[in-house]
Amino acid sequence: MATETPPPSKTPTKLPSTEEFVAEQESAEFGELRRAHRSFAFPLTIGFIAWYLLYVLLSNYADDFMGTQVVGNINVALVLGLAQFLTTFLIAWWYSRHAAAKLDPKAEAIKSRLEGGE
Amino acid sequence: MNPAQHTLIAAGEASQHRPLIITLFAVFVAATLVITVWAGRQTKDAADFYAGGRQFTAFQNGLAVSGDYMSAASFLGIAGAIALFGYDGFLYSIGFLVAWLVALLLVAEPLRNSGRYTMGDVLAYRMRQRPVRTAAGTSTIVVSIFYLLAQMAGAGVLVSLLLGITSDAGKIGIVALVGLLMIVYVTIGGMKGTTWVQMVKAVLLIAGALLLTFMVLVKFHFNVSDLLGSAADNGGKGSAFLEPGLKYGATGTTKLDFISLGIALVLGTAGLPHILIRFYTVPTAKAARKSVIWAIGLIGAFYLMTLALGFGAAALIKPDEIIASNKAGNTAAPLLALHLGGVDSNWGAILLATISAVAFATILAVVAGLTLASSSSFAHDIYANVIKRGQATEKQELGAARWATVGIGAVSIVLGALARDLNVAGLVALAFAVAASANLPTILYSLFWKRFTTSGALWSIYGGLVTAVGLVLFSPVVSGKPASMFPDVDFHWFPLENPGIISIPVGFLLGVLGTYLSKDEPDQGKYAELEVRSLTGTGAH
Repeated sequence: MATETPPPSKTPTKLPSTEEFVAEQESAEFGELRRAHRSFAFPLTIGFIAWYLLYVLLSNYADDFMGTQVVGNINVALVLGLAQFLTTFLIAWWYSRHAAAKLDPKAEAIKSRLEGGE
Repeated sequence: MNPAQHTLIAAGEASQHRPLIITLFAVFVAATLVITVWAGRQTKDAADFYAGGRQFTAFQNGLAVSGDYMSAASFLGIAGAIALFGYDGFLYSIGFLVAWLVALLLVAEPLRNSGRYTMGDVLAYRMRQRPVRTAAGTSTIVVSIFYLLAQMAGAGVLVSLLLGITSDAGKIGIVALVGLLMIVYVTIGGMKGTTWVQMVKAVLLIAGALLLTFMVLVKFHFNVSDLLGSAADNGGKGSAFLEPGLKYGATGTTKLDFISLGIALVLGTAGLPHILIRFYTVPTAKAARKSVIWAIGLIGAFYLMTLALGFGAAALIKPDEIIASNKAGNTAAPLLALHLGGVDSNWGAILLATISAVAFATILAVVAGLTLASSSSFAHDIYANVIKRGQATEKQELGAARWATVGIGAVSIVLGALARDLNVAGLVALAFAVAASANLPTILYSLFWKRFTTSGALWSIYGGLVTAVGLVLFSPVVSGKPASMFPDVDFHWFPLENPGIISIPVGFLLGVLGTYLSKDEPDQGKYAELEVRSLTGTGAH
C-alpha cells in the first residue's frame, strides 16, 4: 500500500515561532480540530476500557454465567472473549473513518498554512 | 510410557533431524544477515539508523509492528498457557489486542508528529530537557531489559527441547549466540535492517501458525465444538477447562492478581518504547495510523490462531507430557507440531523443526527490536542530550548508539543466562506493567494536559518505575515460591505476581501530585508548540 502524501524532506521545514504556535493554539480553527479529536477519542477510550474491565470482572466473579453453554461446547465466556476481538476491530475501523473524514482535512489545512509561512 | 520418556523421545526425534534443524536455523540467520548488510549499506545518517529513513509504507510497518509485538510470549507463552489452563490462557491475548486501541486513539499519531527518534523526544518536549531525558532513557532501558529477559528465557527453552541440550553450559551458549546476533543486526543494520528482519519474521510466524491451525482444524473436521470438547476431556478437567478460573480463580488473591494483569496488559502496549519508535519509520502520522490498523488486523488474526494451537495442544497431548517438557507450558506449540505430523514419523520431526525455527526467528527479531530501542534511547536521550547537552555531532551520537548496543547485548546475555528457566508470558506481563506505570502517564499528560510540569513528569516516571520494579522484587515472582527466581529464600511480602493494580495508579497519581505540589510552572509556549504539532503534523521530521 502506498502512502498518499509525499515523504518529508530530510531537512525539516522551518518551524513557526512560539508566538505563532500560541496564536494557532488559541484559534477557533485549531479548537475545532482539538474538539473533533478529543470528543471522539476520549469517550471511546473510556468506553472500551470499561467494556474490557467488565469482561475481566465477569471472568473473575461470574463463574456460572460465563460457563453457560451457548452452542455445543461453546460457552458465554468464549463468546464474550471473541466479542472483545470483534469490538476491537470495529473501533479501529470506526476511528480510521472518523480520522479520515473529520481530522485529516482540518489538520492538513492548518499544517499547510503554518508551514507556508508569511 | 511416562511423560518424561515421551519428551525424551520428542527430543530424540528432533535430534535425529538435528542437521535439518540446524540447516533451517542457519538459513534464517544467513538470510537476515544478508538483509542486515544490505540495509547497513543504505544507512547513512541518524534518521536512517534510528528511523529506517522514515520511508517504509504503512503496510510494511504494520507487518514490522506485528513482528515486534508477536514475541516468544505470544507464540510459545500463550499457546502454552491455553494448553495447560484452557480459557485463562486466552485472557492474555485479549488484553494484548485491546491494548492497541490506546495506541491507536491517543498515542501513535501525536508521537509520530512531534517526536524524532525516541520515546524521550515526546516525554521531554515541553519539559526541562536533561532531567526528563534521563528519566525517559532510564525507563526505556528498564522496560526493554524486562522484555529481553522473557525472550532470552524462551530461547533457552526451545533449544533444550530441540537439540536435547539440557546442560546449563549449552543453554548459556545459545543465549550468548542470540546476544551476539542481535548486536550484529542492530549495529550494522540499524532500524532499516531491523524492520526488514521483523517483516520476514512476521510472515514466517503467521504462515507457521496458519499451517498448524489448519492441521488442527482438519483433525477435528472443522468442528470447533468438538475441538473444545476434546481439549476439556483429554486434560481430565472437563468443562472447567473452558471456563475462566483454572489459573486465576483459586483464591481472592489470585483473582486480584488477574485484575492486576488485565490492567497492565491493556495499558502497557502504548508505553512500550520498542513499539513506539516503530511509528517513526513511516513518513506521516496518517501512515502511522494505517500501520496500527494493519497491526491490529494481523495481531488479532494471529491471536485467534493461538486459540486453535492452545486448545489443539490440549486436545492432542496429555498435560503431563507438556509439563514434563517445560513446567510453564512454553513448548506446547512445538510439541503440537510434532504430534500433528506424527510422533514416530519423519514428517512430525520436520514439522517440529520448522515450527521451532520460526519461534527462534521470532525471538531473534524481537530481541533486535528491543536492543535498538534501548540503545537509541541511550545515545539520543542520555548521551546526546544529557551528557553532551545537545552538542554531540551525528557521528558521535551514532557511535554511542553502536557502543550502547554492544553494552546492552552483553548485559542481556548475562541476565538471559540467569532467567533461562522463568515463565515467558509472565515475564512479558511484568514489562507491560512497568511500561504502563512509568511511561504511559507521562505520555498522556504531556500530550493532553496543559498544566503538566517537569516535576510531574519526573515524579510519575521515577515513581511508577520504582513502585513497579520494587513490588516485583518483593513478589512471589522473585522469591518464596517453588516457581520463583530464587525459590530457596523468601523475602516476598507483596502477594501479587503482577504489580499493575498498584503501580499504574501510583504512576498516574504522582504525575498529578508532582505537578501541583512543586513550584514548577508549565512552559505554555512549548505546550502550544507540542499540541499544535502533535495534532497537525506541522514541522514533522
